[in-house]
Amino acid sequence: MNIHTTPQRTPAETALIDAFSDRLSLLPGDGTVMLKRDDAIEAIKSGLPTRRIESWHYTDLRRLLASVPDFDPAAAAKAIAPIVEGSAVLPVLNGVSSTKLPTVDGVAVQRLSEKLTDGSAAPGLDPYGTDDAIGALNTAFVADGYFVDISDGTELDKPIELQNLQAGGQTHVRLGVRVGAGAKAVIVERQAGEGAALVSSVSQLLLGEGADVTWLIVQEQPDTATHLAQFKAHLGKNAKLTLFVMNAGGKLVRQEIVVKTTGEGADFTLRGINLLAGDTHTDVTMVLDHAVPHTASTEVIRNVVTGKARGIFQGRINVHQYAQKTNAKMACNTLLLSDDGEFSTKPELEIFADDVVCGHGATVTEIDHSHLFYLMARGIDEKTARGLLVKAFVAEVIEELDDEAIVEALEARLDGWFVAHG
Amino acid sequence: MLEIKNLHARIVDDGTEIIRGLNLTVKAGEVAAIMGPNGSGKSTLSYILAGREDYEVTEGDILYNGQSILEMDPAERATSGIFLAFQYPMEIPGVATMEFLKVAMNEQRKARGEEPLKIPEFLKRVKDAAASLNMDMAMLKRPLNVGFSGGEKKRAEILQMKLLEPNLCVLDETDSGLDIDALKIVSDGVNALRSPDRAIVIITHYQRLLQHIEPDTVHVLYRGQVIKSGDKSLALDLEANGYAGVIGQAA
Ligand SMILES: Nc1ncnc2c1ncn2[C@@H]1O[C@H](COP(=O)(O)OP(=O)(O)OP(=O)(O)O)[C@@H](O)[C@H]1O
Ligand SMILES: [Mg+2]
Repeated sequence: MNIHTTPQRTPAETALIDAFSDRLSLLPGDGTVMLKRDDAIEAIKSGLPTRRIESWHYTDLRRLLASVPDFDPAAAAKAIAPIVEGSAVLPVLNGVSSTKLPTVDGVAVQRLSEKLTDGSAAPGLDPYGTDDAIGALNTAFVADGYFVDISDGTELDKPIELQNLQAGGQTHVRLGVRVGAGAKAVIVERQAGEGAALVSSVSQLLLGEGADVTWLIVQEQPDTATHLAQFKAHLGKNAKLTLFVMNAGGKLVRQEIVVKTTGEGADFTLRGINLLAGDTHTDVTMVLDHAVPHTASTEVIRNVVTGKARGIFQGRINVHQYAQKTNAKMACNTLLLSDDGEFSTKPELEIFADDVVCGHGATVTEIDHSHLFYLMARGIDEKTARGLLVKAFVAEVIEELDDEAIVEALEARLDGWFVAHG
Repeated sequence: MLEIKNLHARIVDDGTEIIRGLNLTVKAGEVAAIMGPNGSGKSTLSYILAGREDYEVTEGDILYNGQSILEMDPAERATSGIFLAFQYPMEIPGVATMEFLKVAMNEQRKARGEEPLKIPEFLKRVKDAAASLNMDMAMLKRPLNVGFSGGEKKRAEILQMKLLEPNLCVLDETDSGLDIDALKIVSDGVNALRSPDRAIVIITHYQRLLQHIEPDTVHVLYRGQVIKSGDKSLALDLEANGYAGVIGQAA
């Protein structure tokens, strides 16, 4: 009888473990960092998550990640124009940060490779929870990225755009941002490229008291890439975070969002758009902890599904015992444009406080025929009219952002997707 | 311009016949009024003219400039010059009104083999039309019809009609919901569109509108048929005596 039924490693697991031995000498890090890398690769050795792990139920990574590409030192990604003109661009090209960086008053930028080498990045490398596969993958291999510090009271009038661009191979990047008390900023996280890459990207945001941040994740990987991403934020007292996530590409995508309100009066808004086409898999998983009283959050996710695309939104809201007067609302609406596509929504509310207002709703609809008729009755041909209505469905979420430059920039990305997939 | 011959139509979903052998002819340059009790099929007729798929024509034909339009989809009918001002215009969240107007106007131009409008020219036309209808441009910055009051929606329909310059205009109860001043403004707008090569069909319950827009012919629709036609005096007669007499004669 077989007592130890450790399943056989998949080709992807084997490739990752071998790659770690190969790369070890090249990876920056002091003793502490290297120990965390060891822990991380041990987690991978025990197997990638399968559907049996609750938070990975809809995305069986072990099965879906059929293979991983080798690291490709020759891959040459190029920086791209920022979505909002005049933004300060911090590019990471093929996993490597730049030495030539724009200077912005009140903003200090450090290359993450330096912070790994001197060990100051070590505390951020700890996994969250027990099934943090993306965190483990990233901690094992991360070599670079940025750490951005926006000093107290700084109000930026132009966005900072963090670009993570790949041209194949593997890239593992970390982007850390601290926003000081009372500071105000728009941060764009661009995830794109042209290769069949394996990308892991972890963003960490710390919001000081009364800080006000709009963070836009614009993910437009090619439909050959695997994109495993994590966004983690801590919101201090009276801090306000609006997170906008747009997934408009990638073959296998998992975007995790882990947000904790740690100060009273904190306010979190999530707006998400998933534009899903072809034979792709996109999973947005959010875990939101209301840890203190008097915090609010709303989440609105809009999905457009065509082709054989599959999408998932898991939204878990934990309202801790002392987090009275929490106000949390979640909605996930899907426009299903093909019979072969699908979208699964899993809202989860864990409420341990008694004086809270929490709600969620999910809908799956098709195009409204009376709306289509109205537009066509004005001479707009069926294809164009459908395009207008689909765009309208998601544009509503964008328009809420209420900043003309950002709205225009995101609508331009939207138009780009519709031209390619309309 | 418009010839409806022995038209029978039913609701696709449940097969109920709504239009039951309807005949109507409207000539170019003519303003025709259609009146009739609630539920007699006036809006249904207007939807069928515009090509709404919820209804199915089972018999008869609709000729527009001598050609049957039954095989044309709503967009083709619209670009061939048919316009319906809806009794209940739909709110379409997320579709910007200005963007919609631009696309719709350019579709008309494309059908006529013209170049798309340049932005300044487009804006000028919209501004002029809005001013003539006493509409605030701020309203047009909102999504299409969303949150418009009843009367604002009706004005917005007429604004679209002015901008699209159709040949056959069908106005379904455009007067209901309009205040007294708006009724005058909208009527002036419609009258300005009167021309020898344009036909206007006005569906209304009230003589009041017909004082502003004088019809050449008046038709009474009842149970899916035109049961009586006459000149503008017929509308006055209906206003004074109700439908009972006309219905009684026809029965
Ligand atoms: N899609 C539909 N489904 C069910 N019933 C319908 C539908 N369309 C029309 N009807 C019915 O057909 C009849 C005619 O309706 P229609 O709206 O054409 O009347 P109308 O003459 O415009 O009335 P009103 O003066 O009240 O506007 C009504 O009994 C109505 O309920
Ligand atoms: Mg009606």
